[in-house]
Amino acid sequence: MNSATLAKGLSPTRVVLDNGIVILAQESRGTPAVAVNATFHAGSVDDPPALPGVAYLTRRTIDRGTVQRSATDIADALDDRGVSLRVAVARHTFTISCVCLTEDFSDILALVADIGRHPMFPEEEIDKRRLEAITSVREAQDDPSRVAVDLVHAQLYGASHPYGRPIKGTVGSLEAIGREHLVGFHNRYLVPSALRLAVAGDVSPSTVLACSARVFEGWRGFDRPQEPVAPPPSRTGRSFRAKHMPGKSQADIGYGFTSVRRLDPRYNAYWIMNNVLGQFGLGGRLADNIRERQGMAYYAYSTMESTEAEGPLVIRAGVDPNDVERAIEAIDAEVQALRDGGPTIDELEDTREALIGSIPRMFETNESIAEFLQHAEQFGLGLDYDRRLPALIRAVTMDDVREAARGVLDPGRAAVAVAGPRP
Amino acid sequence: MPALDVLTTVGEVREVWLDNGLKILIKELHTTPLVSVFSWYRVGSGDEPSGLTGVSHWVEHMNFKGTAQIPRDRMKGIVEKSGGMWNGYTWIDQTTYLETASSAALDQMLFLEAQRMSASLFERHECEAERTVIISELQGGENDPEQLLDIEVTATALRVHPYGHPTLGWLQDLQSMTRDDLYGHYRRYYVPRNATLVVVGNVDADDVVRRVERHFGQIPGGEIARHNRPEEPSQLGERRVMLEREGTTSYLKLAYPAPAARDAGFFPLLVLDAVLTGAKGLSLWCAFRGAPPQRKSRLYTSLVDQGLASMVSGAVLPTIDPFLYTLSMTAADGVPLEALEEAALGQLEDVMRHGVTDVEVARAKRQLRARLVFENDSVTNVAHQLGYFETVGGAGYFEEVEDRIASVTVQQVVEAAKHRLNPMRRTVGWFRPTGLRP
Repeated sequence: MNSATLAKGLSPTRVVLDNGIVILAQESRGTPAVAVNATFHAGSVDDPPALPGVAYLTRRTIDRGTVQRSATDIADALDDRGVSLRVAVARHTFTISCVCLTEDFSDILALVADIGRHPMFPEEEIDKRRLEAITSVREAQDDPSRVAVDLVHAQLYGASHPYGRPIKGTVGSLEAIGREHLVGFHNRYLVPSALRLAVAGDVSPSTVLACSARVFEGWRGFDRPQEPVAPPPSRTGRSFRAKHMPGKSQADIGYGFTSVRRLDPRYNAYWIMNNVLGQFGLGGRLADNIRERQGMAYYAYSTMESTEAEGPLVIRAGVDPNDVERAIEAIDAEVQALRDGGPTIDELEDTREALIGSIPRMFETNESIAEFLQHAEQFGLGLDYDRRLPALIRAVTMDDVREAARGVLDPGRAAVAVAGPRP
Repeated sequence: MPALDVLTTVGEVREVWLDNGLKILIKELHTTPLVSVFSWYRVGSGDEPSGLTGVSHWVEHMNFKGTAQIPRDRMKGIVEKSGGMWNGYTWIDQTTYLETASSAALDQMLFLEAQRMSASLFERHECEAERTVIISELQGGENDPEQLLDIEVTATALRVHPYGHPTLGWLQDLQSMTRDDLYGHYRRYYVPRNATLVVVGNVDADDVVRRVERHFGQIPGGEIARHNRPEEPSQLGERRVMLEREGTTSYLKLAYPAPAARDAGFFPLLVLDAVLTGAKGLSLWCAFRGAPPQRKSRLYTSLVDQGLASMVSGAVLPTIDPFLYTLSMTAADGVPLEALEEAALGQLEDVMRHGVTDVEVARAKRQLRARLVFENDSVTNVAHQLGYFETVGGAGYFEEVEDRIASVTVQQVVEAAKHRLNPMRRTVGWFRPTGLRP
């Protein structure tokens, strides 16, 4: 395997260790660097319902001391090698990742494994990172774009659904989380059977496997039964929430629906539909209308998060407070038009070609290769997914996309939110 | 035939000049089936006279609005239909446009860039529609207290040099600028002699030269008529700016005059910043790609680890003229700005008085070396780095960066701290929220 092979697509190696850890390795010799991505199948959906933010505070604290290494030791190991360790939590994933020089790979993999296996969660570190987390929550409360999206999510899912709870938690919940919650989260969810390690870069798969076998040897943990996330509550009408934020210059609009699960057979049709609505050509039909024709906004686009349950499809635009009504009318018009008429033949063909053509760009960096491998593993899409994807995209018909538009786009069931100053 | 054709030894970059003065940098990278094209123009907000602030950025927007041979509605399809991505950005010294797509789309990308260089339309109604889009971009940025503070601190620190105004421009100028102002700026600066075209990826360099000649060879070279950039007078005393408005979080920003990219003092300051806040990318493009390794840095250990700040970052970027070295901090919830400022300035004074250690400098240099590797991890990023350093540092600058960092001595870093962190030359900015937003 060499770099020339990568030009034709990925050819990853996949091995499952005895303790259930999945190892994915893709060699790529472009730069003398390696991306390491250790993702546990655990996330904010595993937070106790009354205590959102446990996974998030775990993410902020897990790399601040292990049984063998103090926080200072870890800082030395990272900073001396120029490595910036990222720990991230999403609804279903908990990821420890970084990029390192090839010469540092085995040391850094050992460090990542140690952090995943033996975190100590020292009380003084919890207090420091709690304060950072609270500051981050307060900053989000002051950001109209994040407030608008949070208000959409709250309307779509409600507080009782795991997707309706804030990933970062609240100031109150963060203050109430103690060391026992973090230790409990680690013991219960960050276990070997939930771990997938993806390594991409200037290192051979055999080296990755040998190093992995060494650093994960002897790690045992209980299997956690995977509890499927319930579907979101069904929506019968349109809803609206506003947050007045004086002192801001611009108002942010959020406008959303729930879409389909990633493994729903309709997923690719929804993907194409969303691309037409709010992605193609720097913002799709939404940007054509709101930005290009009406000059109302710098950004107008839609994103669709398809994951293990029905994730949100959210339209966003930032506009002058005087233009809020006009912008929402424009969104309603575009949503209704795509629902009623579907895409044009040209739009469908352009989008198909754009998505197929964009596949090699997913592998531009070692980090993006590792992320692609994680996504394919999370949803069981197969080691050849990048090669099968063009045919899957071509198989989506006009009727499929029209049905997707009719299935999700309905102004009468939209969750609408505005955050910003009054006109 | 090209006017001049050279293969540089470092990094195997082919340099070619067309007769009309257009410089081309080509690097073959066959690790992916992609190619990245960047058009760089040596014009940015630092070239704008008062009254026309923001014109460079607005011109950039208009170059997505159709050309003589590409109607506006077809523009987005040219690259995207091939699965490519396209974008552009403007900063103080440069305006650049980029596309990355399958190498089979190279001709379309070159065609688009040649059209942009010579035949953008600037139709009046499109200019008017874009005016409100840009004002929306400005107002969206104002929603972020850190951006607001950055604008105010920069304008306070630089009274004369045009780096002092925001790249997006002042609102009043955006409201009054005309189509003719935009078009005049476009014609003045968008000429082959003021541009560098960079092509990196799965291409054959000889083939690229032929294609570039075909697309760009007939464009007249033009003359470069630059505005004089006035020199910033020496700062004689500390300046302060205080912003108070609704919000939830306090921010502190410190700014010090920084040397230009070609000044001998630039690299010692770069290493000093890595000692203070960790090494980040060396260009605007890369500096914000993820947090730097900084857990051992002076300001992280003294501010973040002590619970005074939730974030600290430093920025020293290569620029044509002297710009600013900035340190930005987010106060941890409940920490008054007075306490954060006292601690931050105390640390800087300590570095001025007592210097830095061999260990710190060695670590900073290792971090910067690693960043140089990490920043060249894709055809898009390599193409950016080649063009960025060519534009702000001149020919050969990028090739020297690694050696220049390696040759910085502890003594030079100590001198940089004494000289650059002078309290009489600093600007201190506060953003203080007037009330908690629930």
